[in-house]
Amino acid sequence: MKKRRVGMVYFEIERCKGCGFCVEFCPSGILRFSTTYNEKGYHYPVAEHPEKCTGCNNCGLYCPDYAIWGEASEDNPE
Amino acid sequence: MSKEKHPLSDYLREDRMPHMWCPGCGIGIAVSAFLNALKQSRYGQDDVVLVSGIGCAGRVAGYVKLDSFHTTHGRAIPFAEGLKAASPKTKVVVFSGEGDLMSIGGNHFIHAGRKNMSITILCVNNLNYAMTGGQVSPTTPAKAITATAPFGSFCQPFNLPFIAEAAGAVYVARWTVFHVRQLQKAILEAIHKKGMSFVEIISPCPTLYERRNQMGTALSRMNFYRENTVIKNGASTKDAVMDLDKPFIVGKFVDDDSKLTYLEAMNEYYDTTFSCDANYHTYTGSKI
Amino acid sequence: MKAKLDGVLTGVHYMDGDQAACEGALAAGCRYIAGYPITPSTETVERFAQRIPCVGGIFMQMEDEIASSIAIQGAVWGGAKAMTVTSGPGFSLMMEHIGYAIMTETPCVFVDVQRGGPSTGLPTMPSQSDLMQARWGSHGDYDLIALCPNSPQECFDLMICAFNFSERFRIPVMFMMDECIGHMTEKVVIPHPDDIEITPRRYTAKRPQDYLLYGPCDDLVPEMPEIGKGYHFHITGLTHDERGYPDMTVDAQHRLIHRLIHKIKNYKNGIVMVEADDLDNAEVVVLSFGITSRIADRAIIDAKNSGIKTGKIRLKTIWPFPDELVKNVSQKARAIVVPEINAGQIVREVERAATDRCRIISVPHYGGGVHRVETIYDAIIEGAKVE
Repeated sequence: MKKRRVGMVYFEIERCKGCGFCVEFCPSGILRFSTTYNEKGYHYPVAEHPEKCTGCNNCGLYCPDYAIWGEASEDNPE
Repeated sequence: MSKEKHPLSDYLREDRMPHMWCPGCGIGIAVSAFLNALKQSRYGQDDVVLVSGIGCAGRVAGYVKLDSFHTTHGRAIPFAEGLKAASPKTKVVVFSGEGDLMSIGGNHFIHAGRKNMSITILCVNNLNYAMTGGQVSPTTPAKAITATAPFGSFCQPFNLPFIAEAAGAVYVARWTVFHVRQLQKAILEAIHKKGMSFVEIISPCPTLYERRNQMGTALSRMNFYRENTVIKNGASTKDAVMDLDKPFIVGKFVDDDSKLTYLEAMNEYYDTTFSCDANYHTYTGSKI
Repeated sequence: MKAKLDGVLTGVHYMDGDQAACEGALAAGCRYIAGYPITPSTETVERFAQRIPCVGGIFMQMEDEIASSIAIQGAVWGGAKAMTVTSGPGFSLMMEHIGYAIMTETPCVFVDVQRGGPSTGLPTMPSQSDLMQARWGSHGDYDLIALCPNSPQECFDLMICAFNFSERFRIPVMFMMDECIGHMTEKVVIPHPDDIEITPRRYTAKRPQDYLLYGPCDDLVPEMPEIGKGYHFHITGLTHDERGYPDMTVDAQHRLIHRLIHKIKNYKNGIVMVEADDLDNAEVVVLSFGITSRIADRAIIDAKNSGIKTGKIRLKTIWPFPDELVKNVSQKARAIVVPEINAGQIVREVERAATDRCRIISVPHYGGGVHRVETIYDAIIEGAKVE
C-alpha cells in the first residue's frame, strides 16, 4: 500500500481577524475565505480541498491570531 | 472538522485569546516564530523569562505562558539585565517594539551591547508608534506620513542592525514577518548565543502605517516584503538602511559570540583579583 | 529569620552614614545594587562595590538612574534583595519606577541622600526637601513607607527596617537620608548576625495549579511566586485582576488601588516609629527629623533651661505620617514647632493632623546648611507665649 504524507488543517475561527495570510501563503492553495462571518464579523478561512493539505503548518506560522494550523500525519493510506 | 489543540497552546495564554493586536498585525507571527524557536531550543518553559516594555509589541509578555514581565516604557532592557544578574541561569528574552527599545530605551540598548549582558533582544519594527495612534518612530522612513509627520517625516531613520553591531551585539539579524521560517531559525540561533543578541523583526502595521502611506492591506505589505527584500547574509549592516518604498536587505549580519559576557568578564577578573581571599567565591547569582 | 553571617560586619566601627547604610543593606541581605554616581550618595555604592565580591553578590553601575531603578526590580524578581541609591536629580528620574514597584508589589529600597534643589541645586550640601516627592512623586494614588535616619548608627539600623518593611508589605521603601547624615562620621555598632532579625520574602508554597498571583490574602499582601518554578506568572504595571492579567475596568481599578493603599494604612501602627520625650506636660513640642533633630535637641535643652516645658517628637518614619500622635499632642501643647530644611513640607502634615487649638510654627530653611540652634530656640520661646 502506498503511503504519502497527508496533513490536516485545523481552525479556531473565532480568533480569526480575516487578514488572509493563510489563504495567500498556503503552498497547496487549499484555503479560501468563508462566505459567512465569525462573531467578530470577519471572513475566516475554510479548507476548500482539505484532502490536499500536507500538514506543512505554513498557515500556522503565518497566522498572527493562532486561528489556524496544520498537522502532518505519516500513515494515511491513499 | 475535528478540533485539536493549537501546537503552541502550551506556550500561549489561551485564556486571553483573541489578543488585542489588529487584523494583519505581524506581532502575532513574530510571537509564533519565537515560541516555535523556544520549543526547538534547549530551554524548557521554566528556564525562560520574557520581558517587554510598553506599546503593541510590549503586550507580548501578556500572551506567552512564561514567567513574563510587562515593564515600563523603554525600560525592558535594564529590567532584564537586573534579572539576569540576579539569576544567571535564567534565559532572559526582551520582546518589544522599536519605539520602546530604540527611542525612549535607546540608551539602555547601546549600553546592553557595551556590557554584553547575556540577553536576547527581539525588536518588532513596524515603523511607527502604533499603540498611541501612529506617530513618528525612530525607524520611520524619510517621507513616510505619520500622525505627527502629516506631511511626511523629514528625518533620517535609525538603521537598527547598524546600531546593534556598533553597540557590540554578538548576533544581529533582520527578517520580516513574511520570512517566517528564517525568522524562527534566527531567533533559535539568537537565544543560544552568549552575550547580547539582537533580531529585528519588520512587521506591517496596516491600521496606521500602511494605511496612512497608502500601501494597501497587510497582505499587500507581506507581498511587498516578498518581492522587495534581498536576502544577504553577512552583508555589512551599513547597507541595512530602510527607505520608504525601496527594496531592503534582510539576513544574518553578525554572528560572533566569542567575547566575554558581563558576568563572565566579572568572574574572570575577580577570580584573579581575589584569588587569595578565602571569602571570595565565583559569582553564580544572588538569590536570597 | 536571622541575618546571614557573610554580610554582617559585626563590631564597633567609625564610618559615615552612607557607608553605614551600605552595611545595613548588606546585613539585611541586599545582594544587588544598581546605581549611578551622584553626590552625596556615592559612598554607599562605592563601599558596596568594594565589599560585594567577597560577600557574594553583584553591583552594577548603570547608564542612568532610570535604568538603576528598574534593574533592581528585575533583580528582585530574579530572586535577590536589591536597592538603589541616589540623590535629588536622580531621585526625580526614578519616580516612574517607584510607581512600578507599587503596582507590581516589588519589595525594594530606594535611598535618597537629599541635597539642595530644585534641579542641580546644591550637590554637596544638605536639604530635607524631597519628602513630599518621596510620598507623591510618582503619578497615581498609592501609599508607601519612608524612613529618615538621624545618625550613621541609625542609617544601619533603619536600613534593616527598610528591607524588612519592603518584604513584609511588598512595597518600595524610601530611605530618606540627607547630605549631613550621609557624610557624618560617627561610631557605628554592628551587632552579631544572631541579633539581627530579617523578614524573609513571602514566597508562596502553593503549587502552580493552586496559586493565584493576587489571590485573596488576609493582610492584603499577596504571596510572591518564584521565577522558573512553573508558575508562568505575568507581572504588569497595568491595572490587573487576581490572575495578574490587565483589566481596564473601574471595578478592577477600585479593588487594586484600595488594596494597595490599605495594606499600608491598616498596619500603620506597626510602621510608624517615633522618638518621643516629655510630651505629657509640654507647653511646646518640637517635631523634627534627620539632621535637624540633632540641632533641635540642643534648642530643646536650652529652652528647658529657660524654664519652658519642651517636648520632642522625632520622626524615624516619615511616611505614613503619625497623625494620631500629632493630634494628641496638639490637644495639650500650646504650640508645635517644626524645623525642617525645606520651605515647609512636613509642617503641612502637622497642620493637617493637629487640632485648631494648637499653634503650629514652621521654621523653614531653604537648604545648603542647617538651622542655627537659636532659630529653633526662638521659635520655641515664641510658641510658649500665652496669647
